[in-house]
Amino acid sequence: MIKDITLGQYLPGNSIIHRLDPRTKLLMTVSFMMVLFILNSILSLIISMVIVLSCYHIAGISYKYAFKGIKPVLYVIVFTVILNVFFTSGAPLLVWKFITISKEGVNSAILVSLRVLTLITSASIMTYTTTPIMLTDAIEKLFKPLKKIKVPVHEMAMMMTIALRFIPTLIDETDKIMKAQAARGADIGTGNIIQRAKSFIPILVPLFISSFKRADDLAIAMESRCYRGGEGRTSMRVLKFTNKDLFAFIAFVLFTIILFVLQFFI
Amino acid sequence: MNNIITLSNVSYSYNKGTPLEKKALNQVFLSIDKGEFVAIIGHTGSGKSTLIQHMNGLIKPDKGSIIIDGQDTKGKGLKELRKKVGIVFQYPEHQLFEETVYKDIEFGLLKHSIPKDERKKRIKEIATILELSDDILLKSPYELSGGQKRRAAIAGILVLQPEILVLDEPVAGLDPAGCKELFNIVRQLHLIKKITVILVSHSMEIVADYADRIIVMDRGQIKMDGLVDEIFSREDELRAINLSVPQIAKLMQLLNQLDSTINSKIFTVDKAYDEILKKVKKNHD
Ligand SMILES: Nc1ncnc2c1ncn2[C@@H]1O[C@H](COP(=O)(O)OP(=O)(O)OP(=O)(O)O)[C@@H](O)[C@H]1O
Ligand SMILES: [Mg+2]
Repeated sequence: MIKDITLGQYLPGNSIIHRLDPRTKLLMTVSFMMVLFILNSILSLIISMVIVLSCYHIAGISYKYAFKGIKPVLYVIVFTVILNVFFTSGAPLLVWKFITISKEGVNSAILVSLRVLTLITSASIMTYTTTPIMLTDAIEKLFKPLKKIKVPVHEMAMMMTIALRFIPTLIDETDKIMKAQAARGADIGTGNIIQRAKSFIPILVPLFISSFKRADDLAIAMESRCYRGGEGRTSMRVLKFTNKDLFAFIAFVLFTIILFVLQFFI
Repeated sequence: MNNIITLSNVSYSYNKGTPLEKKALNQVFLSIDKGEFVAIIGHTGSGKSTLIQHMNGLIKPDKGSIIIDGQDTKGKGLKELRKKVGIVFQYPEHQLFEETVYKDIEFGLLKHSIPKDERKKRIKEIATILELSDDILLKSPYELSGGQKRRAAIAGILVLQPEILVLDEPVAGLDPAGCKELFNIVRQLHLIKKITVILVSHSMEIVADYADRIIVMDRGQIKMDGLVDEIFSREDELRAINLSVPQIAKLMQLLNQLDSTINSKIFTVDKAYDEILKKVKKNHD
């Protein structure tokens, strides 16, 4: 039931993209997203999309699966397209009774939907190919300088790791409890809004109780292994930049330059 | 003839259309008669839990059909179906949520709009059967011991008076006495109320003790289906899919090798006890 959400789930693999340093992937994804916001020519955005899709190809993730992930977002895109097409004023392209469709409207609708699609697919290629643990490692390393100004970087990263680690567990558990209550005759998420809210109590109560229990267990397990925060702590996985990362960075910079050249000179 | 459950050509996969797709059931055919006591055994991950979740429409088959008492699980009336088929899941105590045990047992009854007097009567009845005292009924479910929690959760299902009772590993984590107690209650319900019981278990001893018929699953398919004696005589085949026969059966085979007049086709401790005693007495005379 609840298990159909596939966006952002890690997919094991051994492609070059999987093996890149997580810091490289994180930095490139964030920069690429900024680039996408600056780009506003349809051609550049189409090329960005092609670049992202080739990354999917290299990572060995089928387009069908990628499409399944963005399905929920499609409604948002359709909605923005409609808004843009009908409510942007400009040179009329088509007039029918009181509806006017302008050239600018069509243009911005295409721009916005391309941008949103590329943003989502590029962010998900990172999460598809990087385990959550690696990702938090990367965040911790990248934000390390902030420790100088007393930002609890390690603690925040640890919290994130734990949260990410338990998402699948919680989803599994929710699924089980939902099934158990449904087997007793509960109808979840039906009726008017009050009935609907009430129908979640039989799921939320056991879920909260077991989460507290889990938190307790985890705290005891961590303490009994002498965990006392980030001070002097070394890591089992040492992140290392390699030639692959250098290559990826160069490719990334080249592509970005091409995208901007296309935008400003053509 | 008295068919109450019919699965024909049922297939089901988890995470369909993703790289994580996993075929959990593959072309399963199964029919169970009213009033049978059937055990489902199989190695971990063989699809037992997936199979039983099909029986009240929690999972709908990708292919094939499931008819429960004349009703297709893909059609309407799931709620009625779920009243008819009670499923006790692995670790059912995780489903307790009300303030008191009494209210938790009442939950299913309320959902099926059973009138108040009837509710009271049924809860009282089931509490007596499962030895949940009035004292316990008024406690919060979270204050109970593991065994009490388990019984409270099972009461919440039995109180709906299902015609088909499905139990998925119901005694995992219970002590031997609690385990025996629970199965004796199930057997009583089976004998007196004539309910159909489907039991998933990893314990061959329990299966031999209580079930009449055994269904053996392996990698999403039904490998064997037959009466207890018949299935446990096919030890080699069971071994090939990582299953075994009850320990007592091995003892009887050894004794049979020493003395061929001892019956080796015995699978429960009680029967073995009788057989050995009989033999010893005879030798004594
Ligand atoms: N919710 C799920 N999502 C994805 N795959 C699942 C899910 N539940 C079960 N599976 C997979 O389906 C297969 C059958 O699982 P199932 O739970 O039916 O096995 P089982 O026979 O009940 O095992 P056990 O004896 O361990 O309870 C397994 O390979 C399992 O990994
Ligand atoms: Mg199971």
